Amino acid sequence: MKVLMFGWEFPPFFSGGLGVACEGLTTGLSKLNVDITFVIPQGPENLHSDKVKLLVANNLPNYKIHVKKINSLLLPYNSEESYQKHYEKIKKTTTTGKLYGSTLYQEVARFTEIAKLLVFTDDFDIIHCHDWMTFPAGVAAKKLSGIPLILHVHATEFDRTAGQGANPYVFQIEKESLEYADKIIAVSNYTKQKIIENYNIPADKIAVVHNAVAPMPEAENKIKSYDKIVLFYGRLTIQKGPDYFIEAAKRVLDFDPNVKFIVAGTGDMESRLINRAAELGIGSKVLFTGFISKDSPEGRSIYQMADVYVFPSVSEPFGIMPLEALQFSTPVIISKQSGVSEILRNALKVDFWDIDELSNLIISVLNYKALHNELKHHGSLEVKTINWDAPAKKCLDVYNRLLNSRHLRPIVVR
Amino acid sequence: MNVCIYFQVHQPFRMKKYSVFDIGQSSEYFDDNKNKEIMHKIAKKCYLRTNNLMLQLINKYKNTDKQFKISYSITGTALEQFQKYAPEVLESFQKLAETGNVEFLSETYYHSLSCLYSKHEFKDQIDMHKIKIKELFNQEPKVFRNTELIFNNELANFIQGMGYKAILAEGADHILGWRSPNYVYTARTAPKLKLLLKNYKLSDDIAFRFGQKSWKEYPLTAEKFAHWINSDKGHSMNLFMDYETFGEHQWDDTGIFDFLKHLPDELFKNNHTRFLTVSELAEFDAVDELDIHNFLSWADIERDLSAWKGNNMQDSAMHELYAVEKFVKETHDKTLIEDWRKLTTSDHFYYMCTKYFNDGDVHKYFNPYDTPYESYINFMNILNDIIYRIKRIIESKNIKKEAMHRRIHENPVMLLNE
Repeated sequence: MKVLMFGWEFPPFFSGGLGVACEGLTTGLSKLNVDITFVIPQGPENLHSDKVKLLVANNLPNYKIHVKKINSLLLPYNSEESYQKHYEKIKKTTTTGKLYGSTLYQEVARFTEIAKLLVFTDDFDIIHCHDWMTFPAGVAAKKLSGIPLILHVHATEFDRTAGQGANPYVFQIEKESLEYADKIIAVSNYTKQKIIENYNIPADKIAVVHNAVAPMPEAENKIKSYDKIVLFYGRLTIQKGPDYFIEAAKRVLDFDPNVKFIVAGTGDMESRLINRAAELGIGSKVLFTGFISKDSPEGRSIYQMADVYVFPSVSEPFGIMPLEALQFSTPVIISKQSGVSEILRNALKVDFWDIDELSNLIISVLNYKALHNELKHHGSLEVKTINWDAPAKKCLDVYNRLLNSRHLRPIVVR
Repeated sequence: MNVCIYFQVHQPFRMKKYSVFDIGQSSEYFDDNKNKEIMHKIAKKCYLRTNNLMLQLINKYKNTDKQFKISYSITGTALEQFQKYAPEVLESFQKLAETGNVEFLSETYYHSLSCLYSKHEFKDQIDMHKIKIKELFNQEPKVFRNTELIFNNELANFIQGMGYKAILAEGADHILGWRSPNYVYTARTAPKLKLLLKNYKLSDDIAFRFGQKSWKEYPLTAEKFAHWINSDKGHSMNLFMDYETFGEHQWDDTGIFDFLKHLPDELFKNNHTRFLTVSELAEFDAVDELDIHNFLSWADIERDLSAWKGNNMQDSAMHELYAVEKFVKETHDKTLIEDWRKLTTSDHFYYMCTKYFNDGDVHKYFNPYDTPYESYINFMNILNDIIYRIKRIIESKNIKKEAMHRRIHENPVMLLNE
């Protein structure tokens, strides 16, 4: 089976949650003999330096994933504003700047025009797109070729904006594409429900394929701390709920002053959070590290050194980071408003807004040693079973069911 | 063959959601609303309905040479909740007691595992329960059943010492070997104490498999079941199970009540078949002596203690609970002692079991918590408040400990580590 996939990122170019999930899924599918061509928008800045790594990805003997790049300025987690900044910079510094769209939306349209033509480069059975920026390309490719279209929803505009006002343009793209698709894959029941409610899509059109996690290398520097450490690690955006983490920190510190809170990551809420911690008088107990890559030794050390990892997302379609923390035997407290809470059993779970309960759980896991031990033991065993084999198998089932439901093979216009 | 039917009746005092921030602030531990709600539900589905049927059956054979007889063990925590939330249930048990065909057994008042941790508390709880049974049913129990049928040689000896004539235990294959559970035995360490063994195959046919459509014997009719019993040999076929089997574990629509209603008639088709209470069964001479070193119970496939102890959380909770027994009792504070005793109920430790959590199975049905972790946190927070109360009472008697008092306010959770 041959699949044409459109994504925004693919490791090692970036390693946001989406890229990691795409890599895991495609690796799993390739083990099941699915032949995947993966298309990503790739700007000229990193085109050069990353070329070598790209070839490495291509040459992995067991993997049948071909990564194709399209010259574009689209970056993962682009917003209209951030695209604008990036574009202005490129325009000034390069001669090729005028090639690109002057707004994010024009650039998505330009990417679509180029990407759709790739549908003719091979004998594809399925078109499979990951999140909104690539949806128009998938829709266009299907319109050209008649090949069945699957849209994979890792996050909706409502998750990204955490209910603070979805961008109408993005919403429109999502809605029209989801309506047009032959099948939708959601990364959790939580996300499936959102798609039904916010986009008015019938439930039976949506399959749920939960994400998984690939094993991470061990931490090189094992850091021991005399203080108890509570970790927030993730983007400092409204979606991830770092503000609830700060409020809980205050509640915990009132009870037990011998605790340190680490906030690892960066994002538009950073200065607000630093100010809030100062305002609460806990500035010296809450440490902001700035951006730390998960692929760096620091990223692994930080997971390993924490006594508990807190994941208070306001709206999380899946959420891979708690699974990563468990790989380092760090117990986790996760938001009930997350897809990962549907599959992970050995975790403490809390409504993101319930600061009292979150504080209760943090204090308990830090003080009750038996609780810490059991969460650590069972959690790290459980996470070993959450690998990409099962999701890949489910995804292949979705492909097969979709193809079987069409009696005739699609006619490919050449 | 004779038949001995014994039912266990138990309801724990379920806890409220109790946060670490409630320590030192609130001593309301038990969830009145939830306990009431559950009691009302089970009273309707099981207790009232089944008691009524039992009364009918007893009366049906009252003036014949055949008699329908049953034995019950009802925990103190269940009896208290009947009194508090469903007095009509208690009355219906009292009516059954008045027929003279119903025997009540002894057990720990709080359905606790105290036999494993404190023989002193164990004995106290048995005595408390005895008094309660005498008060409510005017009977003095002669036969003992331990929580979850937990049993071994040492326990047999202790119970014999308390003057009981028999004890119940699981008729597990590994203790019986080639022998049948349908005979009366003794334990090697307690020659005078009769050992009454559960026939787990036939008991579980009713308790667990009755409504299972995938079971090859489904549907189980009273006729078929009576035939199995009457074609077996021994002193008695001992059917021991939870009373909640009727209407609660096996729902009405499985036909369980109909089955029960027709069972005596079907059994009496054999003229020699009689129903025995546990004391009557204990009149038989023992056929052999059993030597049981390791603890045995009627729970799970393991038939051991692993449902209540073994993981870190269960062991620490149990250890910390019994570590404060002495101090709790020294306060002579009735409410405090009673609250502490309610924590000894085995269910609280069952909720913390991680053994089957990852398969998500039967333990779930009986568990008000989503995870074993939550139940442990709740339990430990409450236990910490108990410790806080103990310290306050001790301090009020001894002003010198002013410094300690301040520390309690600073960090109650740390108390356990001192």
